[in-house]
Amino acid sequence: MTAAATELRAQQDQGRKTAQNREKLAQGRTYISALVVLIWCLAPAYWMVVTAFREVGFTYDTSILPTHVTLDNFQTAFDTSFGNHFGQALLNSVFIGGVVTVVSLLIGVFAAYALARLNFRFKYLVLGFILGASMFPGVALITPLFQLFTNIGWMGTYQALIIPNISFVLPLTVYTMTSFFREMPWELEESARVDGCTQGQAFRKVIMPLAAPAIFTTAILAFISSWNEFLIASQLSSDRTQPVTVAIASFAGAQPNQIPYTAIMAAGTIVTIPLVILVLVFQRKIVAGLTAGAVK
Amino acid sequence: MATELGPTPVKKPASGGTELHHAPKGVGEDNAIASQGKWASWLLAPAIIALAVVIVYPIISAIVMSFQADAGLDPATGLFAEGGPAGITNYVNWIAQQCASPGGGTVACPPGTLGSQFWSATATTFFFTIVTVALETVLGFWMAIIMARTFKGRSLVRAAVLVPWAIPTAVTAKLWLFIFAFEGIANKLFNTSILWTGSEWPAKWAVIIADVWKTTPFMALLILAGLQMIPAEVYEAAKVDGATAWQRFRMITLPLVKPALMVAILFRTLDALRMFDLPYILTGGSNNTTTLSILVISQIRQGFNVAAALSTITFIIIFLVAFIFVRFLGANVVEQQTGASKGKK
Amino acid sequence: MKTRKYLLPVAAAGVLALSLSACGGGGGGSSSTGGGDAAANLDGRGPITYVQGKDNSNVVRPLIDKWNAAHPNEKVTFKEQTDQADQQHDDLVQHFQAKDTNYDVVSVDVVWTAEFAAKGWLQPLKDKMALDTAGMLKPTLDAASYKGTLYAAPESSDGGILYYRKDLVPTPPKTWDEMMSMCSIAKTNNIGCYSGQFSKYEGLTVNASEAINSAGGSVLDKDGKPSLNTDAAKAGLANLAKAYADGNIPKEAITYKEEESRQAFQDGKLLFLRNWPYVYNLAVTEGSSKVKDVLGMTALPGKSGPGASSLGGHSAGMSVYSKNKATALDFLKFLTTEETQKFFATQGSLAPVLTKLYDDQALVAKLPYLPVLKTSIENAVPRPVTPFYPAVTKAIQDNAYSAIKGEKAVDAALSDMQKSIETQSK
Repeated sequence: MTAAATELRAQQDQGRKTAQNREKLAQGRTYISALVVLIWCLAPAYWMVVTAFREVGFTYDTSILPTHVTLDNFQTAFDTSFGNHFGQALLNSVFIGGVVTVVSLLIGVFAAYALARLNFRFKYLVLGFILGASMFPGVALITPLFQLFTNIGWMGTYQALIIPNISFVLPLTVYTMTSFFREMPWELEESARVDGCTQGQAFRKVIMPLAAPAIFTTAILAFISSWNEFLIASQLSSDRTQPVTVAIASFAGAQPNQIPYTAIMAAGTIVTIPLVILVLVFQRKIVAGLTAGAVK
Repeated sequence: MATELGPTPVKKPASGGTELHHAPKGVGEDNAIASQGKWASWLLAPAIIALAVVIVYPIISAIVMSFQADAGLDPATGLFAEGGPAGITNYVNWIAQQCASPGGGTVACPPGTLGSQFWSATATTFFFTIVTVALETVLGFWMAIIMARTFKGRSLVRAAVLVPWAIPTAVTAKLWLFIFAFEGIANKLFNTSILWTGSEWPAKWAVIIADVWKTTPFMALLILAGLQMIPAEVYEAAKVDGATAWQRFRMITLPLVKPALMVAILFRTLDALRMFDLPYILTGGSNNTTTLSILVISQIRQGFNVAAALSTITFIIIFLVAFIFVRFLGANVVEQQTGASKGKK
Repeated sequence: MKTRKYLLPVAAAGVLALSLSACGGGGGGSSSTGGGDAAANLDGRGPITYVQGKDNSNVVRPLIDKWNAAHPNEKVTFKEQTDQADQQHDDLVQHFQAKDTNYDVVSVDVVWTAEFAAKGWLQPLKDKMALDTAGMLKPTLDAASYKGTLYAAPESSDGGILYYRKDLVPTPPKTWDEMMSMCSIAKTNNIGCYSGQFSKYEGLTVNASEAINSAGGSVLDKDGKPSLNTDAAKAGLANLAKAYADGNIPKEAITYKEEESRQAFQDGKLLFLRNWPYVYNLAVTEGSSKVKDVLGMTALPGKSGPGASSLGGHSAGMSVYSKNKATALDFLKFLTTEETQKFFATQGSLAPVLTKLYDDQALVAKLPYLPVLKTSIENAVPRPVTPFYPAVTKAIQDNAYSAIKGEKAVDAALSDMQKSIETQSK
């Protein structure tokens, strides 16, 4: 082996080493950044859970680790003797969210199909209308709805919460579903029609099964959006119909004026956990659904 | 509420096989439109009707109400009497901040009236919107870039990012209220004794921090989706050409992500302009954190019709912002798509 | 342009919608006013409904059972509302607007009475419908009256109490100045001196009105007109502003509502605390409380004697739309009997509206704060009685908040308060 060759190898090794080092450094930086992101996203949620498990007498304890651990708060959260209806509110939220999701999907899927697949006059008018609808601020609706529902005796009914919610969720479902529909392999529909299916049959038998995952994702998004709604519900619901968001915001304690933070955090934890599980399980699909409108 | 405002109308569908423009031209075309049109109207009718009932009706009725006066006291009986038509006084109450004077006529709304808060609420709303959207965009970009890298535990980070988004805003607000209490963990952790909800700037920052925490993940995911559309080869080529990281970001990442980013910014902006639950629960609107939405809600119990005028104003403001944005955004999308769009229009 | 194509339809849809709704007629309109017939159904007897917020301590049900056993033909049904004051208010408004004959007797917060009376929804309790008010605390009657007419029967009351540290304060202060002079004790012990509720919400209206009333001023005069440009009102609000500037009111008190202030006091961080009677039970029982054995109570400090508390509580009003007003009146009387009031106090810890019960030994044994509360309520002033309460309380809160924080001179704050109320009560 010549000296020159040895030197060359040494240089190559050196080069590889610095490249490796640089790689390692970059990896290290990535991990540190990822850790920062993790802490930023999870720390407040962690504090909610820790407080939820803390004895009410030690609400303002600031030790980072769980102290005075108890399950009482979860019981308190469901306790109705202070005028809270958390259990009822949970059912209300599920019911309202369910109806809103089903109805807006039913309506939305048809509309999205038409927008994605059909050609007709006034298409832009319709799109513009739906786009416009999603811009309306909730407060612009609330005054007249308050007045209207008062006049027709709908205050404190489920429909008073469901119907406005549909209007908020519908544009979302239409847009997400339209984006999904544009991505579908429509050649299949064509071939089905060549095989003698009508457009309706082709839609039902070929497209719907293919679209099921997309519909499911949209359903989750619609449900979460309705589950989180506060403005309309805070003004138009009664204790019988109020959803969890309102129930938690107005949680009352054993004494007048008392704000039972620990029970509120317990309730918050209960409300959040199903969503977090849902979100974690369907993470990829949700990300796809959220981004569908934006990137295409 | 996250609303999708996909740029559908200005873009061509990706798989345009059966779009009309590509459909066989000639004899059957008119019939095709007619039959598809019939189909479409059936499919769209429920959506249009639903939106018309819940959105168009209230908007119109709000406009009608905004020109009516609220009931006032009859000095003789001490009882309330019908208000009657109001002309534009309900709007004057807000925009010119002129309140009815006890002696007749109007005076500038004194501090302590809702009318006197209109412009400060407008300023606050825009301040929140600009700051939160800017922070969310920058932080979201940073988070998206991290999540786009390959490293162990990436899926954990992507999942964790969804947690703040999944917590209902009302709960988020309560949580931050608790964190920002004087005796709360925030002051303890940073060894400060800031009155987070007791003076103007801390209160504003409390709202901003909570909002940024809640919605940055959403932004990050949208940007991430945009990032993933960029082929890795483009970066490799740039690296070979000796481009620095910053140059690669500025010359490749930014322009390519821009369309997705602009849409994300648009609907975050519209959402931020409607901000309600967070400041409502966190600060109750005190210390100059009253947004337009909070102002409307405060007014409802003092008088429907005056509230209707303000909700109409709020709607117009948001509409204008959206209009400006879409024009600006639309132009950019067109620019991006010049090649593809040529001949279509 | 593509963008135009995009936006034009929106505008078009708007126009279309506009023309559509023009056919629909004015769905909005203003709220129905005028009220029902106060002269009708005065002799009506039969079943009625009693409407009240959440019955937290289970006092209403047993009471109604008792009534029903005695009046089989005039049974009372209990309609329970939510725990939230705003929701209770809105529920009542909706039913009154609908002229609902089923809301016969309704429990109204002291601050709503004037509004409902002015809307013509409450039956004036005079002439044939008069109520025997002898023995009732005058401030509770004032709070249930509008323009000199009684519109509701005082049902329960509430007043502020000054809590203090027995171990540090030898004799409780009687006047504001005395209390301020004791702040040196707080300083030597390195704790805050005094706090009430100074966050910008309803509690601030309570505290600011107390300061103004205690100094001899008043928010509204007898005719319901604001009367804030007075030396007494200035002195009252200036007391708070000065104490805050001095640090006698700790700076974090500006974020306190009832609970935060209670927490600070219980943690041993305050020498004096103005709060409601509910604090007593928690402060002596809660595990983390550091003031269990040293909790003192006295009347709020005033100018030269006890101060003027703001009045809380509820009254029972009769709907003008009721078909059975004679039964309703009997039920109102039943709610204010000594026996019922005693039951409210023992069972629900609700402050009675009858003066003599405050000296009842059995009651005092159970509710040790009663004697102090008596002084407090006897000297209490109703919060401004006005049909425009939401606007008035907003005017007080906004301006008092600025004044206490020192952002605005006391004079200017009061004159803005005055002007705000003037422009909004028409």
